[in-house]
Amino acid sequence: MRLDLVPRAGRSPLAAILAPALSFLAAVLLGGVAVALLGVSPTAAFAAYFIAPLSELWSLQEIALKAAPLALIATGLAFCYRANLWNIGAEGQFVVGGLAGGCVALATQGSAGFILWILPAMLVGGTLAGIAYAMIPAVLKVRLGVSEILTSLMLVYVAELLLDYMARGPLRDPAGYNFPQSVPFDAAARLPYLMEGETLHAGVLVAFASVVLATIVLGRTLFGFEVRVVGASPRAARFAGFSEARLTLAAFAVSGGAAGLAGIAEVAGKIGQLQPTISPGYGFTAIIVAFLGRLSPPGILVAALVIALTTIGGEGAQIDLRLPLDLTRAFQGLLLAFVLGADVLTRFKVRLVPGGAR
Amino acid sequence: MTLDMVQMILVTVLTAATPLIIAAIGELVVERAGVLNLGVEGMMICGAAVGFAAAIETGSTLLGALAGAGAGLGLAALFGLLTVGLAANQVASGLALTILGLGLSGLVGAPYVGLKRDPAPHLEIPVLSDLPGIGRLLFGQDAFVYAGLALTCAVSWFLWRTRGGLILRAIGDDHTATHALGLPVRQLRFLAVLFGGACAGLAGSYLSLAYTPFWAPAMTAGRGWIALALVVFASWRPARLVAGAILFGGATVLQLHAQAASIGLPGQALSALPYVATIVALVLLSLGRRQGGSLAPAALGRDFTPHR
Repeated sequence: MRLDLVPRAGRSPLAAILAPALSFLAAVLLGGVAVALLGVSPTAAFAAYFIAPLSELWSLQEIALKAAPLALIATGLAFCYRANLWNIGAEGQFVVGGLAGGCVALATQGSAGFILWILPAMLVGGTLAGIAYAMIPAVLKVRLGVSEILTSLMLVYVAELLLDYMARGPLRDPAGYNFPQSVPFDAAARLPYLMEGETLHAGVLVAFASVVLATIVLGRTLFGFEVRVVGASPRAARFAGFSEARLTLAAFAVSGGAAGLAGIAEVAGKIGQLQPTISPGYGFTAIIVAFLGRLSPPGILVAALVIALTTIGGEGAQIDLRLPLDLTRAFQGLLLAFVLGADVLTRFKVRLVPGGAR
Repeated sequence: MTLDMVQMILVTVLTAATPLIIAAIGELVVERAGVLNLGVEGMMICGAAVGFAAAIETGSTLLGALAGAGAGLGLAALFGLLTVGLAANQVASGLALTILGLGLSGLVGAPYVGLKRDPAPHLEIPVLSDLPGIGRLLFGQDAFVYAGLALTCAVSWFLWRTRGGLILRAIGDDHTATHALGLPVRQLRFLAVLFGGACAGLAGSYLSLAYTPFWAPAMTAGRGWIALALVVFASWRPARLVAGAILFGGATVLQLHAQAASIGLPGQALSALPYVATIVALVLLSLGRRQGGSLAPAALGRDFTPHR
């Protein structure tokens, strides 16, 4: 017996939506088996993961707060991945963005008079830092042909160690009882809350606006067209005269800027000071989100909400049912594997043919 | 510095290099066949967890190592099914494998956190192992170290001295032409992926059975990624891979020693050393071959579907 892939003539839009949905279902079923093996009732786990977080205002806000950075980073990554560029260092760009924006906040601490510019300056600073950090792998790739996969990933570790050093060393609050964290930011350096007495902050709006903007850029502008052509057919792009180097730099700038913005939005929104770690792996989870959303910004928004739901649900399940957090991670990895496999089924018919392997 | 101190340092460098050698030699074969498996870190950490768990349950280091290799092999089979069987995107599938592996290892290893067992036994030959200066280095290592070096020799011999190796390299350079010749492209690629997975799993079990004889979550600490960089650094050649692994092992050991001696630099700067060294090495390497063109297997990372 052998597996044969026969290309499909066209790609049906129904299959494009069904494939991720069915993958999700398959991953949930397998997750249920794993939960049963761990000695917990699968229905109880399902309720904890997917129903409970949707039933209360605070957990709904937590989902939105988790989904915002994921959607923002993944949208930026979609530009890279669409163009067959593999920036997997968004986590590092996120951290550097948060650190740079945080430095702006700390430098302007306590300034009086006109202070409305501080928050925009932080957001711009974080975005620029993310772009600059993403330029390292991009320039190395364009000028020297160094694999961007490895350099962007190695820079994640460097960024995390840099933040760790800064938060424990130069930026530590001298009056903070030796806790490894900076002074809490002034109110002028915080993203405003959307509702009185709640946790939802304006970073969610920033993320949403970015996704809308990205949808337009990717679908309706020459730059977006170039990105899509280079990804779909590098040869055609070369004949059309698109500069691969320029596109590489631009795509990395978009993804690095988005990750940096997400980083400073997290610091200025949820955290409110600099700490040795500011990300629970958003930059890596965003890679799953990007592919789960089929590299299109609206799809990414949905995928980010789904992943945020399972993450918040996973935290609840850990407390209520003593299910380990690693289960959530294994589930997310499995989900990505299924989505990638199912994606093939929309492009090819899979046939089992008798005969030898080829 | 006495001769014995030099030997001590060399021994630690070699032990730090061994997991890199074992994982990277597997990935080298995979990439020579034209497949890029970025899931080394995931397969390695699973090998570490499963290997340690099996060794605790059976009391045997050998069975632990085999189980670790088996865990890597299992994950690699999933990767092979996706990328070789279904022609799914290799980069994304590899990342999925890494995330899945990290999660699975946490689940498998959870009951074994905090447990300890004796490290894998070291070779003990009367007289030879006690030779001053070189005895411990040459004749006093554990089985993993010798296995890693033997594996490298075997892979080198296979790739350049056998017909199978020639076919494997040809597939990695041009899958369309080799397919047209009637060679089993997908079958061989799948086998290469399995071999790479088993090596990564074995490398992981070395960490939890010999290097630090306990299990801790995320204990691979990016070694899988460094192994990937090492394959590029070695320009897909086994001998250079060993040299590179010793260089990187050296950077790790240097960092540990420098931290212990507190030489004024912040600890974080020293911890960043292996990662920065990787980037610098990749840059220097590409500077060195500006005129020669790429040395990578030509079909690396491209998916293949046989059409008639």
